[in-house]
Amino acid sequence: MGRSSHARVAHVSVTSRTERTALVMIGVLALAVVLVPALASRDPLRIDDVVARRLIAPFGSDAQGSWHILGTDRFGRDLFVRMMLAGRLSLLVGVIGSVFSGLLGTVLGALAGWNEGWVDRAITALADVLLALPRLVLLLVGVALWQPGLATILVVLVATGWMGTARLVRAEVLSLRERPFVPAAIALGGSSVRVLFRHVVPNALGPALVATTLGIGNAILLESGLSFLGLGIQPPAPSWGNMIAGGRDLLVVAPWVSLAPGIALVLTVVATTLLGDALRDRLAGEPVTTAREL
Amino acid sequence: MRYHRVPLSAILRPLSRAALLYWSVLTLTFALLRMAPGDPTVFLLPPGASAADVTRLRNELGLDRSIAVQYARWVQESLGGATSVSFASRRPVRAVIADALPISLGLGVASLVLSFLVGTTVGLFQAARRGRPVDTLLTIVSVVLAASPAYWLGLGAIACFTYLASSWSLPLFLRLPAIGLNTPGAELHGLAYVADVVRHSILPVTLLAAIGAAGVARYVRSSALDAMGADWMRTARAKGASERSVYAKHLLANQRAPLLTLFALSLPGTVAGSVFVETIFAWPGMGRLMVTSIVARDYPVVMGCAATFAAVVIVANLAAEALLPWADPRMRESRT
Repeated sequence: MGRSSHARVAHVSVTSRTERTALVMIGVLALAVVLVPALASRDPLRIDDVVARRLIAPFGSDAQGSWHILGTDRFGRDLFVRMMLAGRLSLLVGVIGSVFSGLLGTVLGALAGWNEGWVDRAITALADVLLALPRLVLLLVGVALWQPGLATILVVLVATGWMGTARLVRAEVLSLRERPFVPAAIALGGSSVRVLFRHVVPNALGPALVATTLGIGNAILLESGLSFLGLGIQPPAPSWGNMIAGGRDLLVVAPWVSLAPGIALVLTVVATTLLGDALRDRLAGEPVTTAREL
Repeated sequence: MRYHRVPLSAILRPLSRAALLYWSVLTLTFALLRMAPGDPTVFLLPPGASAADVTRLRNELGLDRSIAVQYARWVQESLGGATSVSFASRRPVRAVIADALPISLGLGVASLVLSFLVGTTVGLFQAARRGRPVDTLLTIVSVVLAASPAYWLGLGAIACFTYLASSWSLPLFLRLPAIGLNTPGAELHGLAYVADVVRHSILPVTLLAAIGAAGVARYVRSSALDAMGADWMRTARAKGASERSVYAKHLLANQRAPLLTLFALSLPGTVAGSVFVETIFAWPGMGRLMVTSIVARDYPVVMGCAATFAAVVIVANLAAEALLPWADPRMRESRT
């Protein structure tokens, strides 16, 4: 017994350390994507004097003497500034896509768990149908039928991302419904909707919060994947995905063009994963059977 | 092995549920196709086509019929009745998909099986060595791998093992081809042909398997750590089972059912991963077919691919559900 309690204590301290690391990583990234493009001396989208500036290696200077910490791409644009500009977009897509699908999932899951009968059956059936299609396939169909771009990606991400949260919240609401505080709230005169969203749902938010945090990384990976295929954010607007694609035929000549945005992408997804895992350990502790969507 | 009488309803109910689900997916994809703005004929006809051309094409594609007739045709086609024709290649969609599906299934199944073998072993190893440097190292590797996009790792692998392999003077078996399923133009037969295909498969399969194994290892490690204090673990040790047998037999047997569920859940992710891997390595599989069809606005093929992906996922879930009683004896009791 002594050994296992010791292991638990060690586990907790590790958790808070990774949590701090993840928060610092996300904070630094958020600060950098806001500040770096704003303070950059040159417009990261502007192309001029390609020959003098293109494919400068990391830490090199161009003919005019300006210094490029991560080098330049084939059009002579500073890689670091473009990467941070792309980070704005990726973080935006990740957070908005995941938060709105989390909200949608919470509302639909709560309604399904609260109302037995056709509401529950309809929502559960819709979730089953959407889960039968891999999310990337739904995204691909979405951008195939509508125009590729930020709005399409966000709408499809939200429309295809709510099912996991809905299932978790539904299960929570189903068990919370039986607790004594529910009839108490109704006896005090609360309407059904008020009791559900003011009393029951706040108690079911833990798993939804974990799923939403873990969903940020998935949303970022999906967006960059679509952009890599040329079906997401369209150049010249930078996205980590289309920047990696831009370095595809320069792998040997200028590997940094693909390498740098990929590292930014991986670090961002790692940070959100660590944060989600830390939240899960703190709130529930149950290992959930999750599968990566990409 | 004891004989279990399985009631007919236990077979028919999941089957009918799966059929209903597939029909719903077909209806959803049809609705999406109809809701999309614009007329497909606009993309298919050259600029300056006459109104008569538009009418003829709409008739040819069945776009002038009522929604009900179009819906019936779409369901019938998806179930393998009539055959719709690819806009781009003018071949039947069924033939186009029949060419691509085995390639993707091969890639997917090989990498999934590999990822579960490697992932389970690594996860159990980490649980046995919890808290030691090797556990921390493997955790870092698996978190990073699980966060890496397949196409980015693929480009890195191509750079190392194809382009730079000779200048780094890597041994011959590490100089790997990066494009296609086999060497074009090489008249290979029998064993030489198989060896050629295997050589072309090493990079894509390893890549997908590594990403999958990272996720499996993380899951197995955390659920094994949760089982650490369980009574049956203490019992196994008390009866004198070696540490190796406690992990490899008792703990693994306990993980069989959740791993089976995770296997079915991982399939959509593998489909997605294969979209990128097939694009990077130019494999003529379903993922690449879908992407090229989207770029070419070849709607019948896009929809055919989506329906096929759904069918694969539904069948996999059905199979996992059917195998659960085998994986976990407790579920045999509850079924009757």
